[in-house]
Amino acid sequence: MISVGELRADEPRWVQSDAMDLLEYQGKQFFAQYGIPVSDGEATGDVEEAVAIANRVGYPVVVKAQVHTGGRGKAGGVKLAENEVEAREHAGNILGLDIKGHIVKTIWVEKASDIAEEYYASFTLDRSAKQYLGMLSAEGGVEIETVAEENPDAIAKIHVNPAEGLSEAQCRQWVVAANLNPDATEGAVDILMKLYEAYVQGDADLVEINPLILKPTGEVHALDAKVSLDSNADFRHPDYEQYDATQPRDERETAAHEKGLQYVGLEGTVGVIANGAGLAMSTVDVVNQVGGKPANFLDVGGGANADMFADAMNVINNDPSVKSIFINIFGGITRGEEVANGILEAMERVSIDAPIVIRLDGTNADEGRAILEPRLNDKLMMEPTMLEAARRAVELAE
Amino acid sequence: MSIFLDENTKVIYQGLTGSTGRYYGLLNRDYGTQVVAGTHPKKAGTDVDGIPIYATVAEAAAATGATATCIFVPAPGVKGAVLEAAEAGMELVVVITEGVPAHDEAYFYNVVKRDHLNTRILGPNCPGLISPGKANVGITAGHIAKAGGPVGIVSRSGTLTYQALYELKQKDIGVTTCVGIGGDPVPGTSFIDCLEAFESDPETKAVMMIGEIGGSAEEEAAEFIKNHMSKPVSSYIAGVTAPPGKKMGHAGAIVSGGKGTAQAKMEALEAAGVRVGHNPTEAGELMAAIVRSL
Repeated sequence: MISVGELRADEPRWVQSDAMDLLEYQGKQFFAQYGIPVSDGEATGDVEEAVAIANRVGYPVVVKAQVHTGGRGKAGGVKLAENEVEAREHAGNILGLDIKGHIVKTIWVEKASDIAEEYYASFTLDRSAKQYLGMLSAEGGVEIETVAEENPDAIAKIHVNPAEGLSEAQCRQWVVAANLNPDATEGAVDILMKLYEAYVQGDADLVEINPLILKPTGEVHALDAKVSLDSNADFRHPDYEQYDATQPRDERETAAHEKGLQYVGLEGTVGVIANGAGLAMSTVDVVNQVGGKPANFLDVGGGANADMFADAMNVINNDPSVKSIFINIFGGITRGEEVANGILEAMERVSIDAPIVIRLDGTNADEGRAILEPRLNDKLMMEPTMLEAARRAVELAE
Repeated sequence: MSIFLDENTKVIYQGLTGSTGRYYGLLNRDYGTQVVAGTHPKKAGTDVDGIPIYATVAEAAAATGATATCIFVPAPGVKGAVLEAAEAGMELVVVITEGVPAHDEAYFYNVVKRDHLNTRILGPNCPGLISPGKANVGITAGHIAKAGGPVGIVSRSGTLTYQALYELKQKDIGVTTCVGIGGDPVPGTSFIDCLEAFESDPETKAVMMIGEIGGSAEEEAAEFIKNHMSKPVSSYIAGVTAPPGKKMGHAGAIVSGGKGTAQAKMEALEAAGVRVGHNPTEAGELMAAIVRSL
């Protein structure tokens, strides 16, 4: 068994904003482009079209809800249909279903597969080792975390040096180490080589097949697909634009995304605007520390101009739960007077209901504060430090 | 002394002819950095405010004796730019550009590690590094830092790096070198690389380390501090109250084993004897106390 260092936790969404998560059907279509065998099927949002797809691929079929959350089966989002009547019934029931707050708008209808064995396979980046990590297990079809906890030796791990790539000999050794059914060896090596290619050539952060199945007829086949793509590589993949529309975002996040702002919606009442991801994260922390609840994380980025502040204020304004706004800016290259003027100009353009508390520090902070000073009132306040500003914003939100 | 960069370091700017590269390249020169050349494959023979442009890093290095480079080229060109710099023998390659694909980073990091043992990559997606009073390479505002030591700073976050420099300056505490390692998936230089360098730098007497949630770099740093650092360290970790991340597949979570949260990082650091503040100001105050006791 190859030993492996600790990997990263799933990162909070604001540091993961470059990831594009695919729905199962998109993942399967992505896999198919790299020659990975997937079941014949199609996606649709219409019951009669679903029936037509089922008739085309041939019964029995599986009707599967396409949502960005797990536990679809338990929620009634995955059903087997033996005939047209059942296909129509299941498609009708699943479309519109609420699965953990995700309303099903799309279903995937595919030909059902006979399963002899279920495996697990994935590639991702091991940030500690700074190499790729492949994981393969004969115990697939269940939560892989459970396997990792209860029977870690059942997962065969392999490190691949990104500068060297994965050789077929290396891949074969890995498959042998995973103790799959010997009948699956050839098929598994073939799929894993293609999965590696999809991972690297496709600029994916994660490719995962669970379950990877061995059919009674001896073929190996991807029965599910989890794919997360790196949107930083969009310049190499103009077709990835299509996935933008199906990203899981709430209304506030969609509005912010359209303006190019880094925004994550939270549950609280204090709107947060800061420059830089670290400072924005820190601002959310400080609001919590003084007993408040942040309504969001919003990073306006490096430069600080009126357009950017206006966009940020618009996004925050659209959130009805916001009772006060904390603008936390540290001027580095951007000077304090530019920041102050940007905020004032934005306030003229956007009519803000909630009171604003500003903390402005860093380069030319005194000049910036001097510009804000005469404009202060009970809707626009200023505090000298992050902590004091947070306290004031939290008081105002109560 | 300082680490990685001083007033004698000659630096080439790849992307000096672009608007961002020009802006920061000239600011860095004003600060005192030896900005000796720029590169552009089609603009050799021209200059940017008196700084000569060469076609390649190798030519620029041969003509100027430069040993470092700072990269401002757009993300699609970063892989090529880093490999070119390494092949030209650059000892320090600072990548400011953000939005570099993770697979490109993983590739050039491992190629450089295998083939160019004398090359250190810093970044991508980092603010660069500054040895206050000596040289500044990147996008840090030079005047928010006080020169002279005794504190070294290493940080994963841009604005919090500036905040840390500023907190110390307000307390009249100087900095030997401040290194922003960046928050990308495959950073060329790690916390540990910087801690190791600060530990052997005689003028650095204490180190301030700014981390954030995700990954296990802070936990690894804590292990290093426990076993190899004699100098005191203060720290701040951003993202204490971050809600749990959305999970995409399980390949990441499975090996995380509870690591990656701010709480886990703070506990690991405290167990290693690091004084951990709950906000940047508190971390600054802790460092001020350390400096008083030196």
